Amino acid sequence: MEYHELIVIGGGPAGLAAAESAYEQGVRDILLLERDVRLGGILNQCIHNGFGLHTFHEELTGPEYAARFEKKILDHTISYKLNCIVADINAQREVTYINEEEGTVTVKAGAVILAMGCRERPRGALNLPGYRPAGIFTAGTAQRLMNIEGYMVGKEVVILGSGDIGLIMARRMTLEGANVKVVAELMPYSGGLKRNIVQCLNDYDIPLKLSHTVVKIHGKDRVTGITLAEVGPDRRPVPGSEEYYSCDTLLLSCGLIPENELSKSAGITLSRITNGPEVSDNLETSVPGIFACGNVLHVHDLVDFVSEEAARAGANAADFIRRGNTRSRDKAIAIKASGGVRYTVPQTLDPAQMADEVVVRFRVSDVYQNKRLNVYYDNELVHSAKKRIVAPGEMEQVVLKKESFRDKHVSEIRIQLEEAGKGEA
Amino acid sequence: MEYDVDVTIIGAGVTGAAIARELSKYELRVMVLEKEEDVCSGTSKANSAIVHAGYDAMPGTWKAKMNVLGAKRIRELSKTLDFPYLQNGSMVVSFSPEDHEKLEALLERGRENGVEGLEILSGEQARALEPALGSNVAEALLVPTGGIVCPFQLTLALAENAAENGVVFRFLTKVTKIDKDVEGFLLHTEVTDSNGTITKRNIKTHYVVNAAGVYADQLHNDVSGEAHKITLVPRRGEYVLMDKEAGTLVKHTIFQLPTELGKGVLVTPTVHGNLLVGPNAVDLSDKTDTGTTPEGIDDIKKRALLSVPEIPYALTITSFSGLRAHELQDDFILSECPDAPGFFDAAGIESPGLSSAPAIGEYITSLLVKKADCPKKKEFKAERKGFIEVSKLPMEKRNELIKKNPKYGVIVCRCENVSEGEILDAIHRPLGAVSLDGIKRRVRQGMGRCQAGFCTPRTMEILSKELHIPMEAVTKNRPGSEIIKG
Repeated sequence: MEYHELIVIGGGPAGLAAAESAYEQGVRDILLLERDVRLGGILNQCIHNGFGLHTFHEELTGPEYAARFEKKILDHTISYKLNCIVADINAQREVTYINEEEGTVTVKAGAVILAMGCRERPRGALNLPGYRPAGIFTAGTAQRLMNIEGYMVGKEVVILGSGDIGLIMARRMTLEGANVKVVAELMPYSGGLKRNIVQCLNDYDIPLKLSHTVVKIHGKDRVTGITLAEVGPDRRPVPGSEEYYSCDTLLLSCGLIPENELSKSAGITLSRITNGPEVSDNLETSVPGIFACGNVLHVHDLVDFVSEEAARAGANAADFIRRGNTRSRDKAIAIKASGGVRYTVPQTLDPAQMADEVVVRFRVSDVYQNKRLNVYYDNELVHSAKKRIVAPGEMEQVVLKKESFRDKHVSEIRIQLEEAGKGEA
Repeated sequence: MEYDVDVTIIGAGVTGAAIARELSKYELRVMVLEKEEDVCSGTSKANSAIVHAGYDAMPGTWKAKMNVLGAKRIRELSKTLDFPYLQNGSMVVSFSPEDHEKLEALLERGRENGVEGLEILSGEQARALEPALGSNVAEALLVPTGGIVCPFQLTLALAENAAENGVVFRFLTKVTKIDKDVEGFLLHTEVTDSNGTITKRNIKTHYVVNAAGVYADQLHNDVSGEAHKITLVPRRGEYVLMDKEAGTLVKHTIFQLPTELGKGVLVTPTVHGNLLVGPNAVDLSDKTDTGTTPEGIDDIKKRALLSVPEIPYALTITSFSGLRAHELQDDFILSECPDAPGFFDAAGIESPGLSSAPAIGEYITSLLVKKADCPKKKEFKAERKGFIEVSKLPMEKRNELIKKNPKYGVIVCRCENVSEGEILDAIHRPLGAVSLDGIKRRVRQGMGRCQAGFCTPRTMEILSKELHIPMEAVTKNRPGSEIIKG
């Protein structure tokens, strides 16, 4: 069986940054597997700008951002295969892939980095009632058809869900001459970034209807209209609030799901909240030598954070390859999300083996104003920051320092939102 | 007078396809007219995909006779025509010891219908076989001969084989009116081309087989007088389909004994490994109303939990509905129309219609060839090779295939692992796919958890290239369902 020190699964932003970082750390025998016809992943269809502000301190389009990382892969002559789909991974780090030239091949890896990204929640999973005509697209599929293939998918558009891709597509379709009539969001708040609501909806006078959903899809061959209704606190449609919108297209931007079918085949423990692997502070999954980063781990808002996280995964995988499976796993402390914090990534941390600094990322479960974000080591408050507003659509982070654990015996780390003190608000 | 064909079958669902295949054994010119763009586009595409054993129908009815024989034929045909079928067995579960007699009655009825191996299990015995059954399950009728099938592949297998044996299929051809003729019938049809333009065309035929699903009453009543009119009610059934991750929850098809809450819904694995829940039964007036409703979906989801309490609905990948052609006498109509000789009905084909199809094919054919007095063909090709499913092949076989045709190594649909080679097969086999739905039904591209989110653009490109049509003309199904609108 062919052997590679590192196999990276996925050639999107996470996979590219992970491979590049592992290379920087001295790993030379890297194989990157990408299922599409080119490297770059979803960035290739994100032709809008706004990428790279953190990483490169300039505003790039998606393809430009991807190109910066691709260049490094090419400069380092890191091996990669395109049109190559991974069919299976097991806990022994054997990776089976399929492509046109080689057929089905199993290769063994010293370490594996999972960077498969995520998929969009389809209409079926949303149980949207009505007919099943043409003209219903997930926002990303429409984006690909428009930006890569060059075809307009519709003229009169309703968008359900205010995820970032939906917001971006509202603007994109408007610029291409479509009439985007409304964006409806089931929740009382948007799932997208504030900046996208301003730049993609408000600037184009596209109404955003919060607490609204699609209660009927009309049209037997092609969509002819959509009925929206307001939803109550139970998220059930309120009778009598129905409104009909004539349209030929319904775009769905109702959430992204990390693509972890391969992780499951390797027996990796997944989080029920993130739908991604549970990882320790070094981004290693429950299976030794298999690391995860990017949207397969948890869905990110900004590619810059994906790249940063992936670089850490790459460096940690390099460390694993160098030192072997020497990390002890029995001293890890659970990081508990509570009081409005939905989850954290990583889920555990080992003070003795952690890097000098570990970024813990998380999302909150509702829109909160004037809160304090507190970090406790057991019952000791070790960090507290004022949060004027936090929302599920914007990922938050705290940085935990290795030195903060010095001379302490901590059995649980807790990250929670609490009422701000009087006078603070 | 010149006749275009000897027999015209109206409808290319499973019934029409089964009749077409049987008729293709004889020296007859047979044509199938279908108003949609593909076979298996009506009731046949949206149902429980169950091969019923045959215990349910009242002895002596057409349903009972056709079901038991049809199920046997499907088992045999799954080998000669090479389509996915699994005899997974079924269970009818009861929720109260008082229902024992009802299960006994069902068992007796089954025996009378000729169903073998029936047995009543205690709740414990049933749970030992199916641990996912609820603790409220009192007893269960075990039906070892119950099975599951891919309804698309079954219909395609029959239709492709019929086509290979000389039957002509005409799609997007709707029969609008039938006139009786001297020695046959004049069919008025409307043919839709890919631009949606309709052309009227007449077809002269000696015999008509009416296999038009929910529309069979309209055609029948066109040729039949007041005394013999029939009425079909479209009875909608809604379903929820779950990811393959949920597909092993149960092995058997779990039916519920009817309760005061209604007929009960089934929980079953599909032959492809998904989990299916449904259907309800709502009588409608609109024969095209295949929409799903929030009430309907909620209702079946709730009722399924009665037998299998922990169904992972979070793994739902789609919901759909289909229309049954419900006949008021609650039986199939399989006969020559009394006042229109030469017009044969296969009407009112609702459950167990899928299971019965091959038997209906044989029966209608026997009536017709007796009347037409025509000999069997000397050469009939009985066997058909099914679709290659690359992901199901052992590694060496798969690699051999990819070496011969590298397109089998290009995975287009990542959820169902469907290769470009398989999509090309779907387009280029006899009665090849001309739409995205056609490809989906043949090779399962887009049938998985992302529901074609990733592979739609690529599949459109392949269709466009292979059919020599612009991307703008690629449809989901019939003309008017174009994907691109700009």
